Amino acid sequence: MLNVFHNLEISHYIYLSTVLFSIGLFGVLFRRNAIVLLMCIELMLNSVNLLLAAFTEYMGDANANGQMFVFFIMVVAAAEAAVGLAILVMVYRNTRKTDVSFLDQLKD
Amino acid sequence: MSDISNLPLPFLILSFITILSALYVVTSKNPVHSVLALILTFFSISAHYILLNAQFLAIVNLMVYAGAIMVLFLFVLMLLNLSKESEPIKSNLWGIAASIAAGMVLITLTAAFQKSGIAVMPAPSEGIGLVKNLGRVLMTEYLVPFELSGILFISAMVGAVLLGKREKNSEELVDLNNKNNA
Repeated sequence: MLNVFHNLEISHYIYLSTVLFSIGLFGVLFRRNAIVLLMCIELMLNSVNLLLAAFTEYMGDANANGQMFVFFIMVVAAAEAAVGLAILVMVYRNTRKTDVSFLDQLKD
Repeated sequence: MSDISNLPLPFLILSFITILSALYVVTSKNPVHSVLALILTFFSISAHYILLNAQFLAIVNLMVYAGAIMVLFLFVLMLLNLSKESEPIKSNLWGIAASIAAGMVLITLTAAFQKSGIAVMPAPSEGIGLVKNLGRVLMTEYLVPFELSGILFISAMVGAVLLGKREKNSEELVDLNNKNNA
């Protein structure tokens, strides 16, 4: 199956995950809906995961340290999504909005 | 960097799907459409994992991300009844500023990685990403982080339950907020 990859360089995976990361960053900066913000953070985490898996494959590391890192990033992302959504539900319950631009009460 | 037409077709198609669905996640007005597009993105990233000899990661990505986390997002969307909510119209200035910032990051990272394109994929090593090898590494070298992640999950669960518990005086809080806004 992998014979098709003889002319695939690591830089292509780097470019792909850089583009994905930038799209996620754009979403974090652009969107106001807190749920979409959390999803964009997941997107950025996934681009990093993809790059770690690509580097593991190109290094030929028998211990698969990069894949272990991906595994732990997934664990942290799952915990982060659970706590973030719980906070979001509480914010919605108190303000009836999920728009992050309304959460400016610390300003005054 | 080789010409783009020399790239293997599976990689091109998968990257295309990944980037397009990621763009749709960011630009879609309806949050439910965003969640569905993000699930498509995760599926194509899983296909990338399979092409990269990381079979276990592919399955875990499907189960944890597309299966669990995205269903959690959908549940929250339906719980809060946000699917029809339209975001306030943002000024064009905001979009331009966000595009410039993200584009700068893209350009900088791409330029920084410009010199790295020498490595070609070595002969595929068998069975690195299978459960047998990953389980052995996880239970020997990474045993302490593995146990610590269990503690992290317990604390995250307790925190989520505590935060999600309905308080008795939440109506008073809403009143207080309305008073503040008025």
